[in-house]
Amino acid sequence: MNTADVLRFASFSLTGARTRTLLMILAMAIGVAAVVVLTALGEGARRYVVGQFSSLGTHLLIVFPGRSETTGNPGMLLGETPRDLTLDDALMLTRSRAIRRIAPLTVGSALVTTHRRSRETPVLGSTAEMLEVRKMSMGQGQFLPGGDPRLASPVCVLGDTVRKELFGNQPAVGEWLRIGDRRFRVIGVLAAQGQSMGFDTDELVIVPVASAQMLFNTSSLFRILIEARGRESIEKAKQDALEILARRHDGEKDVTVVTQDAILATFDRILRALTLAVAGIAAISLSVAGILIMNVMLIAVSQRRQEIGLLKAIGAAPAQIRALFFAEAAVLSFAGALAGLALGLLGSFIIGRIYPVLPSVPPWWAVVAAFSTALLTGILFSVAPARRASRLDPVESLARH
Amino acid sequence: MIRLEGIQRVFQVGDQQVHALRDIDLSIGAGEYLSIMGPSGSGKSTLLNLIGLLDRPSAGIYRLDGGDVTGLSDEEQARVRREKIGFVFQFFHLIPRLSAAANIELPLLLAGVPAAQRKTRVDQLIVDFGLTGRETHRPDQLSGGQRQRVAIARATVMEPSVILADEPTGNLDRATGQEVMNILEGLAASGVTLLLVTHDPEIGHRASRKLRMVDGGIVADERASS
Repeated sequence: MNTADVLRFASFSLTGARTRTLLMILAMAIGVAAVVVLTALGEGARRYVVGQFSSLGTHLLIVFPGRSETTGNPGMLLGETPRDLTLDDALMLTRSRAIRRIAPLTVGSALVTTHRRSRETPVLGSTAEMLEVRKMSMGQGQFLPGGDPRLASPVCVLGDTVRKELFGNQPAVGEWLRIGDRRFRVIGVLAAQGQSMGFDTDELVIVPVASAQMLFNTSSLFRILIEARGRESIEKAKQDALEILARRHDGEKDVTVVTQDAILATFDRILRALTLAVAGIAAISLSVAGILIMNVMLIAVSQRRQEIGLLKAIGAAPAQIRALFFAEAAVLSFAGALAGLALGLLGSFIIGRIYPVLPSVPPWWAVVAAFSTALLTGILFSVAPARRASRLDPVESLARH
Repeated sequence: MIRLEGIQRVFQVGDQQVHALRDIDLSIGAGEYLSIMGPSGSGKSTLLNLIGLLDRPSAGIYRLDGGDVTGLSDEEQARVRREKIGFVFQFFHLIPRLSAAANIELPLLLAGVPAAQRKTRVDQLIVDFGLTGRETHRPDQLSGGQRQRVAIARATVMEPSVILADEPTGNLDRATGQEVMNILEGLAASGVTLLLVTHDPEIGHRASRKLRMVDGGIVADERASS
């Protein structure tokens, strides 16, 4: 009996018991679809986060003032206060060969007023380099001018939402507005780009860093963004930054440098683990489907005793009987897995339509794993029924009950 | 070709031992037409199943075509059944979801005969057994006589040397029973060994050799003096 004949016979048995077959395929399909959809969601979340980080710029390092470190100094009553990061600190960093450009950041919140409306808005002080470092793009006009960052010029760049709120449909570029107690001229508007790592650039007003420091009456910086020359120089840039700042701070290493890669890798790991966990839970439903297949095959064996007895009488060897039942389970789980795959892909497609920000495409490994697990459980769980069938006593099975 | 020596078959029913067959010695030549009669429970079906290798004796030796088949493994016995023995049952035992042609084809399928050869062979039998036009019908669309003809076609499709028929007319009316007997006797006339279990004396007496069984033993063995 060749394989094609075995499969044909098995398919005939399956079409003979239509309801049973459809229910089994459904059970299998739900299991497979669950794995596919859930891993698609997990993978979507992972890609979403990775995408968010990548939009920050690719070889990004961030310098924070302060360093988490426990020190004991009996001579002083108060704990150690870290030195502020200053604009001069930031400008010194460009001396490192590993660093391509830097963007100092000062952050505050101020009332922004036009002659008609006013609005409390986060204000960001930075330099012309910020546009490149953060990979932002302009909608209209131009970004902050280059030149000496220590000069406070009265110009500003608006985020798209801020522009809409303050000027509506009126042209914004060239207009004057008031931030806090100072007047600024709008020289550009950022292209709308939405959320990026907690900062909604659409909601920002960006002014030269020196202007912001005057506005908020401070000489310190909130962050320094560093763009390394390339992926391989990220580590070197980090070392250089630490070294340069330590030298400027009397040998005290009182800053923290975080590389984007490190943050990214952590999130990547967490979300991958999450996807696996979710896939594991879905796999439980697959194994339930497997047990269901065993159950139904066992029932099939007792329902078809006469047929099995007859097959034996006309010369079917035990191995052939086993092969027939195996084939039946295999065809069943194959059909179920296929249906589940279709269902799962359709499901992830629909989810992708509803939440376009989540790139919910199931990873190929999940598809392969779900499919082969379904096939394997189906066949594995049919071992016992197939053995039982092949061991039936033909005389008893043929007797009319 | 069939030789049974000292065959016993004992069933365990609860804590009682039931002797279905006691000390059967029997020898059947090739091409013989033999009927086995006797009351219910006399062991005639057990004997038939034993000869058909569906059952194993508790003691004794069974030789088929000179070879001892008592000790063969399940796989080997399946092979002997496939190649040398054809069964015809009282309740036909057709597979309900398969067409008449597919039911006839089944033994060829199990034997791994190529599809083209299978088709020629099945088509021939459909013509021979007067089933033309019925080949695509499923068993529940056939009459009793047609079902039994499909079953006999299935039993002969491998061209076995022995046909074992257990009450082949038991479930048919008189006329169709006659028709089925004619087909079986036609096979016997062509040289096939035919063993027929029945408790209808009229049918049993048509055989050229008649066995009578009572309580698991053969009590009479008559040959027609023709």
